[in-house]
Amino acid sequence: MWQTLYDELKQHNFMVIAVAMDSRSDAARPWIEDANIDYVSLIDRDHRVAALYNMVNVPQAAWIDEQGRFVRPPETAGAYEGFRQMDRATATMPEEAMALTANAKKTYLAALNDWVVNGTDSRYAFDSAAAQAHVAMPTAEIATAHVHFRLGQYLLRSGRSDDGDRHLREAIRLHPDSWNMWRQHAEPMATGIAAGPEFWQRVDQLGSDRYYAKVDMEGMP
Amino acid sequence: MTTILNDTGEVTVPDAKADSDDLWLTEAAVETATGWALKPEGFCKGPLCVPIGDGKRGDLLKDGRVNVAALWRHIGRPVVSADGGDVWAFGEGAEDMGQALTSLEAPDFTLPDLDGTLHSLSDFRGRKVFLSTWASW
Repeated sequence: MWQTLYDELKQHNFMVIAVAMDSRSDAARPWIEDANIDYVSLIDRDHRVAALYNMVNVPQAAWIDEQGRFVRPPETAGAYEGFRQMDRATATMPEEAMALTANAKKTYLAALNDWVVNGTDSRYAFDSAAAQAHVAMPTAEIATAHVHFRLGQYLLRSGRSDDGDRHLREAIRLHPDSWNMWRQHAEPMATGIAAGPEFWQRVDQLGSDRYYAKVDMEGMP
Repeated sequence: MTTILNDTGEVTVPDAKADSDDLWLTEAAVETATGWALKPEGFCKGPLCVPIGDGKRGDLLKDGRVNVAALWRHIGRPVVSADGGDVWAFGEGAEDMGQALTSLEAPDFTLPDLDGTLHSLSDFRGRKVFLSTWASW
């Protein structure tokens, strides 16, 4: 997914770390092997990074400088919810929605490129105060949801599926904004990706709320 | 043996007694399980100590054992257990997680690639990093 970007930017002392939120590593394997990548690609079966970084969806990303500090804390990584305007019978998207989605990705990648090349001089790099203001703060419910999720995944791997499911359902109840948790749990019930009727019902319940949180970046829809 | 899932991974502790929401461990096992130790000045990790009042300490200590689950909840952190009390997950508290993020120091983690080789975010100190998530689902 990021190989073209990485090829363009690796000469600038830059690395892409792609983390798969996949509780079963075999699910991510064909995607990684087919992509022919030479950046770092990791498997996070317990969604540890989502817990540490308070992430709720994919793709979300953080920009981290040479000192290991956030230049932009976790946010939606160039995705836009044009898919919500899809004609579900024919799986086709209106042209306008496709254009907005393509534009969101292009805008985000251009901004990332600008930061990698220009560093702190980039207008897309937040200063410390702005970076802090853009941190999504976890609640006690979110913190508790992540321990239930962790235990639930461990129990599923141990063959204790009833108890594992109980903890995963509790995680989802405590952290309803997490699509990572819901879709990871929904996956075994659906064919392929977790985008069955229950997914669409959940998306529709969002109403005017975003599926991908809006990014505070000039030119982003 | 009782399995503990904590922020460094998975450890086992001997001679644990689980009772509903309570997990009684020997004092030595408390540090193995949580990375924190019960000391006269409080519940401590490195130089950081959270004071435990004498009354509370009495509730948490019995017959040479420590109720580590109650202690963990007492310092504002979540802990949950499997049916049968043989597996426990100890997590970070929301306040600590939030403070870690607003410090702007990107939290370090270690994860495997497809071949099982471990990589840490801190391995890439000195480079700009684009840390991005995705999923097959």
